[in-house]
Amino acid sequence: MKIAIASGKGGTGKTLVSTNLFYTLQQHGYRVKLIDCDAEEPNDLIFFKGILSKSFCVNQKVPVINEINCTYCGKCHEYCNYNAIFILPPSKVIKVIEDLCHGCGACSAACIYSAITEKDVSLGTVSCFGITEKTSIIEAKINVGIFSPVSVIKAAIKEAGNEGIIILDSPPGTSCPFIQTVATADYVILVTEPTPFGLSDLKQSVETLKTMGKTCGIIINRAGLGNNDIYSYLNQENIPILMEIPFDKTIASHYSKGEIVAKYMPEWQPQFMSMLNSIVEKDGNCSY
Amino acid sequence: MEIAVISGKGGTGKSSISAAFATLSEKVVLADCDVDAANLHILFNPSHDEELVYASGHKATINYNLCLNCGLCSNYCRFDAISFQNNKVAISETSCDGCFLCSRVCPSKAISMIRNDKSRMYSGSFRNGKMVYGRLAPGEENSGKLVSIVREKAKQIAAQSSINTIILDGPPGIGCAVISTITGVDHVLIVTEPTISGMHDLQRTVEITAKFNLKTWVLINKYDLNFEMTKQIEVYCNDLGIKTIGKLLFNPQVVEAMINCKSIVEWAPTSDVAEEIRAAYGMIVCNK
Ligand code: SF4
Ligand code: SF4
Ligand code: SF4
Ligand code: SF4
Repeated sequence: MKIAIASGKGGTGKTLVSTNLFYTLQQHGYRVKLIDCDAEEPNDLIFFKGILSKSFCVNQKVPVINEINCTYCGKCHEYCNYNAIFILPPSKVIKVIEDLCHGCGACSAACIYSAITEKDVSLGTVSCFGITEKTSIIEAKINVGIFSPVSVIKAAIKEAGNEGIIILDSPPGTSCPFIQTVATADYVILVTEPTPFGLSDLKQSVETLKTMGKTCGIIINRAGLGNNDIYSYLNQENIPILMEIPFDKTIASHYSKGEIVAKYMPEWQPQFMSMLNSIVEKDGNCSY
Repeated sequence: MEIAVISGKGGTGKSSISAAFATLSEKVVLADCDVDAANLHILFNPSHDEELVYASGHKATINYNLCLNCGLCSNYCRFDAISFQNNKVAISETSCDGCFLCSRVCPSKAISMIRNDKSRMYSGSFRNGKMVYGRLAPGEENSGKLVSIVREKAKQIAAQSSINTIILDGPPGIGCAVISTITGVDHVLIVTEPTISGMHDLQRTVEITAKFNLKTWVLINKYDLNFEMTKQIEVYCNDLGIKTIGKLLFNPQVVEAMINCKSIVEWAPTSDVAEEIRAAYGMIVCNK
């Protein structure tokens, strides 16, 4: 079963929930994988000691133009929908702007003079870390300045396979990377704060998940700090509150040191367990 | 002068600080470049003087009356967006990158490309100047492009209304949206928190500002959460020649201000947080 942990806005406690759920399940003997899909700023590994078992680059194809064969006909430029090919036929100049290229292959398909070959450029890395015998963390990490983390995220999710419980620590926002991550999940947990910014972002996430036909539940983090608007919204939308984590300096302080709250405050483990059980009962299959 | 406020991860209080900067004294143009989760309009409720449709890309759709089910399109698609479902080719909207290749190779012209035109950009006035903000429709990418348009508009408005200062509230992460926000600005303020993940993200963020050779400042929010980590961040920044221009205590008045649709300098002008932000802003503005 795949459970995505997401939040419209970053910094609401998505990583806190992902790492603590992972830890709790590990303590209870489950086979579980945590996939850090926040590829721009992956952070989950800070909280665990693991042994690197596998690491690979995720590449994208970029065209290389052989200027000897090129007739400067301009067809590749016309086919490229991302303005990644610059051409000036009169002065016999043609250039690939690699930063703009999405690797779609349209230019290669366009060229009838065999002037285009392709090379690989690296977008980022997927790294797998064994944490215990039955648990592991897979991290997606893009290189600085890459236009989209999607292919690196997809590669990390694929690497996770289908066995056991898979927790997807999702990218923030509701754009493409978020959609690609939650699209693979059986259930989505949205983590939010009871503030006006939190509510505004939550509404956007809920609307997006609705159009995707995904079931979700909410964890309210820093409960008690803010106002009650979020509760009336959830009530009206009939979305369950799975857990409330109070605003508490002890929790914040453990988190700030890279410590797992459920380890130092084990009273949180039953909360995470019963949350998981309620999700599985309602929405999951029991084949793990 | 353009000042960009960013933070490796979301939720560090970046938007609250941008809002405070925007209401300190002189009139400003405030551009919300966090197009994935624009929040500042909630505080400032700007007028809607102008609305612009932003077309972020295209999606392919098949006209089954023309389709021969030959599968050629699916062989060409590099984004795994076309597959056979119940023996019929089908396009997954979430995976389609909008490259046009399938529509070009289809022998019976059965594929057409539909423009994504649900994203918007707005501009208007708020109580301390002008405001520009974008709204990316769920699931769309290319937010870097929308950020560039938002910035362009902000510059144009600044010139028209003789406003000298532009404040950019940036998106989280290190991807193309962040790069579009900071390229060519006069100052970058990185807001961070004294947590291990905050430190981790700060390092990734500093990597980019260094790459683009930008005048960078750091502000530590909620520094009383972890004094030791605060010290580490200060030392790290100092070693790189980056000045820590402010340290804010955790203060619940910041959330109160948000709930009352005010910035902290409007809500509690004499609070420690407001004073510290005022001093930090003074330091940025005085440094040419
Ligand atoms: S399509 Fe081929 S021959 Fe024509 S300009 Fe492009 S690379 Fe050159
Ligand atoms: S691979 Fe696609 S995006 Fe890249 S240059 Fe060729 S046509 Fe343009
Ligand atoms: S290439 Fe055109 S005709 Fe062939 S399966 Fe695709 S859409 Fe149908
Ligand atoms: S437009 Fe490009 S990405 Fe979309 S389905 Fe067609 S070939 Fe695939």
